[in-house]
Amino acid sequence: MIENIKYKKSYNFGFIDESTKKEVRRKLLKAVAIPGYQVPYSSPEMPIARGWGTGGLHITLALIGRNDIFKIIDQGSDASVNACNLREFVQAMTGCRVTYDTTEATLIQTRHRITEEELREDQLFVFQVPQPEPLRGVERYEYRTRQMHGEADYAKMWVSLYESFVRHGDIMLGAGYPVKVNGRYIMAPSPIPRWDIPNLHQAKTLYLFGAGREKRLYAVPPHTTVEPLEFEDVKFNIERFNGASCSKTGYRRAFLDELFLDDGSKTFVINDSNFLDKMEQGDPIHQFTNPYLDQLV
Amino acid sequence: MSFHNEHSWLLKVRNLTKVYGEPNERTVELTGPEFGTNICPETESIVACAGVSFDLFPGEVLGIVGESGSGKSTVVKLLYFDIEKTAGSAWLRPYGDGKTNILEASGQQKRYIRNHLMGTVYQNPRDGLNFSFSSGGNIAEKLIMAGHMHVGNIRERAAYLLDKTEVPVRRMDDRPAAFSGGMQQRVQISKAIANNPPLLFLDEVTTGLDVSVQARVLDLIRELQQELGIAMIVVSHDLSVIRMLTDRTLVMKHGRVVESGLTDQILQDPQHAYTQLLVSSLL
Repeated sequence: MIENIKYKKSYNFGFIDESTKKEVRRKLLKAVAIPGYQVPYSSPEMPIARGWGTGGLHITLALIGRNDIFKIIDQGSDASVNACNLREFVQAMTGCRVTYDTTEATLIQTRHRITEEELREDQLFVFQVPQPEPLRGVERYEYRTRQMHGEADYAKMWVSLYESFVRHGDIMLGAGYPVKVNGRYIMAPSPIPRWDIPNLHQAKTLYLFGAGREKRLYAVPPHTTVEPLEFEDVKFNIERFNGASCSKTGYRRAFLDELFLDDGSKTFVINDSNFLDKMEQGDPIHQFTNPYLDQLV
Repeated sequence: MSFHNEHSWLLKVRNLTKVYGEPNERTVELTGPEFGTNICPETESIVACAGVSFDLFPGEVLGIVGESGSGKSTVVKLLYFDIEKTAGSAWLRPYGDGKTNILEASGQQKRYIRNHLMGTVYQNPRDGLNFSFSSGGNIAEKLIMAGHMHVGNIRERAAYLLDKTEVPVRRMDDRPAAFSGGMQQRVQISKAIANNPPLLFLDEVTTGLDVSVQARVLDLIRELQQELGIAMIVVSHDLSVIRMLTDRTLVMKHGRVVESGLTDQILQDPQHAYTQLLVSSLL
């Protein structure tokens, strides 16, 4: 049950003042024009500390209209603390309708997951990003990473994948697998699991990314090529969960949470809470066509 | 020795100049060996090197010798784009048929030249190697920059190069920090020659190694030079390194070339007073 939060009319609609909203929108237009390119923006003060989803909130509040239906998830869940608090804030500042239902929502903000259900052209999808710089792990200086992006000098990134393969026998990146957008920029997809990476490619939806603490916005426009970095002989792959399936539904073609029980054993449950609810109720669902799912067996 | 003509050069350098600080129009005039300083008396700017010109031919080994602060490393750093020139031009035959001044190239073009047409070995392995990557990873970096995207092939090539430079191949996945100084230097050499560049810079490569290791690294460089026919610019303050490796030598002092010629000639019959001092002080 979503709590009904009263709209506080004493604040400007969407909390942020109109000229700052305009700035954020303008920066978003630039981000859409140059897919995968990190656009610096003002990252205005919010009543929430930077690094707690402010980047996503800035985008949401700059774009939300009075008729929008808002959904927010935190690692797949509509009801976690982070999701609840940000949803209540958006409700109080806009008076917009909110929902758990992925298909009903027109604007979805997320922390570290893409929904299992396929997103449509008329929906907006906003990521909260902790670290927008994919090269940060290999280059600590900001002026150098900018230069590397400018010159498409990504050898160090590739070497770090090579090193991971040499050390572990596979590219061991659980979340935030680096992707190349539109054949040009390497982008941090925010720490979404590898499972979600193929769903960025040629999607119908506009994906927007906001990093409030780092003051960067970027975007993947609809129908844009998004390729995970992979070698000719060492390929990208999604999580396999050792062939496990959801303990509630028996379903295997969804991202699973690994839960430890009191007796020390573990079980798996579908991570996307709205998707799980729909499965249990037998509602119709329309998943992303993720080509990697067929390799699961 | 060889039959070079005016048009067969690999690298042509003219009037290469680097000044630190805020020079005026007299800075270069008022410094140099005849003034005994490279610090401008009027502006206190430092002339690291000025008016350096030379031609390097394919497969030739050119030495640059001089004392600390004479500007010999500056010349190499300018040509390898580690620092920005104040003035001067350089042309590299395999790049744009030698018609483009490489010192004026864009960042992207310079990176292409560095990765495909040049290699460098620094005195300090930490400048040439990334110590957070394995030694194989360091070589992979160069290969990836040249467009190799097959891990199996990359590892094969890295193993070949390490074997060539006498680094045990089973240590390929170890980090250079776990290696001795001589081994680090050999990994640097593997990395520098990974893409078969026609030109290699060696900046005081054996300084800081003990004498027996020095001899092995010098032997290795000489063997590689003969086998691969790479042109080299060898910077050293050590005349025995210059004698062992180079065909021709530039002698530098206070940022200027004071003498140049065949290495044997310079060592046997030095003309400039400074070169005479240098040769006579040889142990």
